Order: sequence, then structure tokens, then C-alpha cells
Amino acid sequence: MIEVEGLHVRFDDVHAVNNVSFAVPRGSGFGIVGESGSGKSTVLRAFSGLNPDWTGTMRLDGAKLGRQREKQFFRRVQMVFQDPYGSLHPRQTVDRALSEPLLVHGIGDVEARILRALAEVALPPSVRFRYPHQLSGGQRQRVAIARALMAEPEVLLLDEPTSALDVSVQAEVLNLLADLQQRRGLTYLMVSHNLAVVAHLCPMIGVMLGGEMVEQLSADDLRHNRIAHAHTAALRALSTELEEP
Amino acid sequence: MSAALPGPATLSWRDWLLTDTPASRAQAAWGRRYRLWRDFRANTLATGGLVVAVVLIALTLAAPWLATHDPGVQELANRLQPPSMAHWLGTDELGRDVFSRLLYGGRVTLGMVVAVVLMVAPLGLAIGCVAGYAGGALDRVLMRVTDVFLAFPRLILALAFVAAIKPGVTSAIFAIALTAWPPYARLARAETLTIRGTDFIAATRLTGASATRIVFCHVAPLCLPSLVVRVTLDMSSIILTAASLGFLGMGAQPPSPEWGAMIATARRFILDQWWVPTIPGIAIFVASLSFNLLGDGLRDVLDPKQR
Repeated sequence: MIEVEGLHVRFDDVHAVNNVSFAVPRGSGFGIVGESGSGKSTVLRAFSGLNPDWTGTMRLDGAKLGRQREKQFFRRVQMVFQDPYGSLHPRQTVDRALSEPLLVHGIGDVEARILRALAEVALPPSVRFRYPHQLSGGQRQRVAIARALMAEPEVLLLDEPTSALDVSVQAEVLNLLADLQQRRGLTYLMVSHNLAVVAHLCPMIGVMLGGEMVEQLSADDLRHNRIAHAHTAALRALSTELEEP
Repeated sequence: MSAALPGPATLSWRDWLLTDTPASRAQAAWGRRYRLWRDFRANTLATGGLVVAVVLIALTLAAPWLATHDPGVQELANRLQPPSMAHWLGTDELGRDVFSRLLYGGRVTLGMVVAVVLMVAPLGLAIGCVAGYAGGALDRVLMRVTDVFLAFPRLILALAFVAAIKPGVTSAIFAIALTAWPPYARLARAETLTIRGTDFIAATRLTGASATRIVFCHVAPLCLPSLVVRVTLDMSSIILTAASLGFLGMGAQPPSPEWGAMIATARRFILDQWWVPTIPGIAIFVASLSFNLLGDGLRDVLDPKQR
């Protein structure tokens, strides 16, 4: 579904992403982990079309992606941002946020679709006319996920979707994402600094360090500590240390 | 003690507006408006400003019915009279009734203000938002044009413009509009620059929305509150610019009454018949003050950072 080959992204003199290649089959998930500044979010933003300064080849479902994305691309690929406090328009109600993709793509049946979307992310219908500042962080992230799903995409890009949330809420949102993937057959491309979160949703994992993807391994390999690169081992050690003090 | 049973569950209109769970979009929208109005009303000074502004506008609109005399009729035998029963606010240097001229003059003065605001605010907002969102060459061109207009002193540019065409109300309106839009463009651009980089605009771009839609449906509404406040605060200075133009003979032409022109023609009598120039002065002062108070109140209600 997603193929990335030899992706480079440069900001002025910083080589943020250096020769990154990976592929994600349809209905599967690929997680990118790494420390802050390792270029993992940049890969995601380049693929989503938010960052046009890239070179290399990116394919969606076999079709090569250009620098400018067509409208149709945004029906197939959607993104959930890291910070649910920043990714919702502060002066627009949930209702407005959810109807926006429908208006842009000329999809009808707005009323029913909004109610269905709210139900799908387990939000009560009463939040429909609330503003983002009247919702909790977990509720906002659910709204953001519902918005991403409004145009019924096939690919969901997840930019640290749980890192701004409380631990208990993190689990809820992760389960919701796992659930949605099964129900809709979504393809996930996920970025996180948390190995456990990525391993929960993605069977394949790429580890990034200083703009390069130093290792790709399966979640199973990770669990059984079949690791080739020292940085992966360090990340794994760190996350197990945090989990089992 | 009478055990009053709760009556049948009839919803008062206030409950309907303030409900936590509106049933429809219309109900939610009306509830939102009602909350804004409630917040605004809690501010006594601002409500006072609104009331005064509305009364002023209503009075000038009703001028033909309220005026006791024809504002243009001269009665030279009766010039410079102090306020009396026959002439409530006295008469001017040509024996015209000041009260009637004040009412008709309000039409010109306030009409100029409204016309200027209606021209300037959307123009400044559009230019600022487009420049801020587009960035690059378009931004530089639009902002340099704005700077050119900002570089001139406001009244001088307006004067030059009016003098170049022909003195009158219409050219005064265009002249003031020409000098008033740059600050709005600057303001809207500054707001847009902080908004364009946010995640929620990135999220909107990812819905596939066009740049036009993003600028006018998502960015502009966020610039609107500060702009509305700025406009109401500027209304008083627009009144004063209009009055200054009138005072210098570049605005409304005699015999058409205009507050600034009324002061200008009566300024010779300020020592002996002080009420003649003072009364239109008070009218300008009251109108400016009421718009200022209104602007302050709107800022408190509309500014999302204060909620």
C-alpha cells in the first residue's frame, strides 16, 4: 500500500531524513521509532504532503506521489496529530470539525455520518456541539480520529497519537485504534518514541537515528530481543526499564 | 408549607438556549449567541456604549420626524440664539436651528463612519489574511503596498486625495477608507502568521481543502474578533477624521449639515456664543465615547484568550 524508497528531506543545511526506504502492505501497520529529532515525524509529514521539500520515490497503492497532492489523495490518506490540544480549531465545534471533510469532498448525508462517527470513536452524542476547550484530552484525540475517518480513508498516518495523553487514556485510544484497524482494514503508518505503543499496533518496526533508518524488524523479533543494531537495543532497554522499575 | 409539585416539564426559552445537549445545529447556534449576549450584558459600561450608539443612530434615522425645523432654512433675524423653547439647542450664525442640523448632520457623519468601516474592514482582513497565509512574493508585495500607505500621515493623505478629486462626502469617504485600511491588513497578517503554522490548519490542509477555503473559512474567523474590536475603537478616530475634513472644508459642503463642518463654521463664536460650536462637539464626543466603550466590551466578549 505504501512504498517509500530513498527518501531524503533537507531543511537548509540540516539533512533531516537520509535515504529512508520501507514498505507497508495493505491492512498492516508500520511503526517508526526514534528519539526526538531523529527525523521520524518528518518522514510522516513528507508522505502526507505537508512538507514538499523531499526527494526520492513515494508510492501509494503503486501510484507515484508528486510534490503537490490532489484532492483525491486526501480521501485515501488521513493523519492524526500528536497534540489533540493543537490539532482542533479552537473556535469550531466538534460538529463543524467533523463536517468539514464532508463539505470539502462533497459527501452528503452529513447528519447521519457525524452521529455514526461519534459512535464509532465511543463519544456520546452530547459532545457534538461542544468546543475543543470543553473536552478532555482523550475526548479531543477521539474527535481528531473521528475527523480523520470522516472521508473513509484507507491509510491513517499517526504522529505520536498518544504521547500527549494520560497513561490510562493512552491505552483507551490505542485500543480504539487497534479496533478501527480491524474493523475497517486500515493501513497504519505510525510514529512514536515509545516502543511498546508501536509494537502494540504495528507488526513491523523501523528504528531511526539521526535521519537514517538503522534497522527494520518485526514486533515479534523485538519482543524476543532478536536485535541487530545497538540503538534499537538501547531503546528497548530504556522502555523495559521504564515499564519494570 | 405548601408542597409545590413540580409543574409539567415545560422548557422555558432560556433553558432551551442554555441546554448542554442541543438537539440541532440551529439550537446550538442560538445558544452560542445567547451566551455571548449574556457575557456582553454583564459589562455595564459596554452595554451603556451600545445603548447610546443605538439611540444616536435611531435619532439620526428618525431625523425627518424629530427635527423641529428645516435644517437648511435661514432666519437671519434670529441668529446665534441661546437654547430656548422655539430652538431647543439655539440657532447658528445664519439663524438655522442647531437641534435639527444636529440630527441631519448625524446622518452624514455616522453614515460616513459606517460606509468607511464597511469598505475598510473586509478589505484589510482579506489583504492581511491572504498575504499572511500565502507568504513569499505575494506577501512581500502586499505588505510593501501597505507600508506605503502607512508611511503617510493619515489626514494629509486624505486631504491630498480629496483635493485631487473634488471636496464632498463621497470623496471624503473614499479618502478616509484609503488611509484607514493598512492597520487592519497588518493586524490580520500578524494574526494569520501565528495561525498558519498550527496543527489545526495543517489538519485542515489534509482534508484537501483549497487555500481559498482555508483562508476564508478557517483563518479569517480567528482574526475577526481582534479586527472587530480594532474597528469599533477606530470608529471614533474615523469620526474625528471626517470632522477634521469637514472642518477644513474638504468633507461635506455647506449648506449640508455635518458635525465637523458645524464646528468649523461656528468656531468664530466660541467666546461669545459658546454653545453654537460646543453642541456638535458634544455630539462627536458622545458618539466617539460610545463606540469606544462598545469596542472595549466586544474585546472582552470575543477575545478567545480571555475566556
